Amino acid sequence: MTMEAYGPTRTRVETFSYLPPMTPDRLRAQITYAIQQGWNPAVEHTEPEKAGSNFWYLWKLPLFGEKSVDRVLSELEACHRANPGHLVRLIAYDNFTQSQGTAFVVYGAR
Amino acid sequence: MSNKTYQAGVKDYAATYWTPDYEPLDTDLLAVFKVVAQEGVPREEAAAAVAAESSTGTWTTVWTDLLTDLDYYKGRCYRIENVPGDDTAFFAFIAYPIDLFEEGSVVNVLTSLVGNVFGFKAIRSLRLEDIRFPLAFVKTCGGPPQGIQVERDRLNKYGRPLLGCTIKPKLGLSAKNYGRAVYECLRGGLDFTKDDENINSQPFMRWNHRFEFVMEAVHKATEETGEIKGHYLNVTASTPEEMYKRAEFAKSLGAPIIMHDFFTAGFTANTGLANWCRENGMLLHIHRAMHAVVDRNPMHGIHFRVLTKCLRLSGGDHFHSGTVVGKLEGDRQATLGWIDLMRESFVPENRKRGIFFDQDWGSMPGTMPVASGGIHVWHMPALVAIFGDDSCLQFGGGTLGHPWGNAAGAHANRVALEACVEARNQGRDLEREGREILTEAARHSPELAIALDTWKEIKFEFDTVDKLDA
Repeated sequence: MTMEAYGPTRTRVETFSYLPPMTPDRLRAQITYAIQQGWNPAVEHTEPEKAGSNFWYLWKLPLFGEKSVDRVLSELEACHRANPGHLVRLIAYDNFTQSQGTAFVVYGAR
Repeated sequence: MSNKTYQAGVKDYAATYWTPDYEPLDTDLLAVFKVVAQEGVPREEAAAAVAAESSTGTWTTVWTDLLTDLDYYKGRCYRIENVPGDDTAFFAFIAYPIDLFEEGSVVNVLTSLVGNVFGFKAIRSLRLEDIRFPLAFVKTCGGPPQGIQVERDRLNKYGRPLLGCTIKPKLGLSAKNYGRAVYECLRGGLDFTKDDENINSQPFMRWNHRFEFVMEAVHKATEETGEIKGHYLNVTASTPEEMYKRAEFAKSLGAPIIMHDFFTAGFTANTGLANWCRENGMLLHIHRAMHAVVDRNPMHGIHFRVLTKCLRLSGGDHFHSGTVVGKLEGDRQATLGWIDLMRESFVPENRKRGIFFDQDWGSMPGTMPVASGGIHVWHMPALVAIFGDDSCLQFGGGTLGHPWGNAAGAHANRVALEACVEARNQGRDLEREGREILTEAARHSPELAIALDTWKEIKFEFDTVDKLDA
């Protein structure tokens, strides 16, 4: 392969933002994993220009104890419909480590 | 109590320091040594000598022994075990009362346990295999300045290992050329770049010039990617005063993380720097240069798991752990043992991993293991499987050696990492399906495709010198 130039830097949004955009099946698999870990799903969103803040808008309350992948998917979709220009991300709160087991942007990354 | 009279002369150590009926207290500091005694010295006597010489004893009785309660202060050998597969050596388990040690001082613990006793004539060789620090002692130590949970929150990085890279060549670059290499790596997708351990402030690149150019690179890459970036600025210096000066300057430039060579600089310097980092909201990356001098010989020295425990107590947010798969020493089970010791709040005894004691860390934050040295994208599936999310994977040559340069190399590593994390979460077996996972990911990333092409032939298959006794 001949040498290629690496282009101007693009904005990224952390985990999974170097992979192709999530397909419904891939998204479903990641939500399933988060639920299997015992984490609590939550949905956050923000205007892209405010993405650098630690505090995005929380969409409703975290879905504590939610075991239904469909329910999590429908909240992500509802948040996206209500805020079409926003970045929407899935968070999985891990209350054992007091951290987030994972977090990745589902809508609006590019 | 005046029931003892003074008798001058030499007494067998075992008479005082071999106490097989002793039940260790929760507050005792426990240690296990691998001992090879000189010919003709009985095991009990050699083990008791180790207990004596690492605590209250000396070679002869002295009258001042009777001015204190030595039964309260003495270390005791309370158990002897065979070393599997080795007739010449045995394990000696010794209990030390907590009052033998200054609070919060791993320096003091090590000076006692691995002090004069290691040159003791009756012992041919001696290795400190493990220490159980009582929780009462742990609570007197500062530990990691921030810890894994705080680091993730500060950096906004969740659900994956962090990615780093040591800038090469190790020595000789000017500050501006060095900053260029940093910028390319970070804008390509790495979270961190790193000073080499032996970069301090040499004539070719003085520390303050490096700090300024590197931080411009970090800030620019952060702004462009929207992701928080860092570079481990090595503040190791010839004096503590100079070290703090460099740390203060790093802070003034907005650096999120600095770095220290804890073993060459020493535990006193390290504990002080960790305290400074805690007070100043700074992450602390720890390199372990010189460790192999003391931990590689299976018969003499200090096992790395002991250094790991001491470092967690002294303070460090990142600590080099070996890679299992790369160019440096480190057996897989033993490595899993010491990365548990870095990260977990309670680590149970597990001889298969070389862990001799339960270790309760209480609420002490965890240190993030750093896998660095001779690794490249083909190692990514195994690294994610072995180390899990709470780790930092560092590809030096594996980033900078990319045929299209640092940014493409960084990008390739980031794609490979995220593909492996996604596949793991889907329930795929990374170590068995690694090739397919990487090949699939490369279809969307020419940077990864050419990286896979460049490094596929490299393998590291030397045998481990220090194997676990099992």
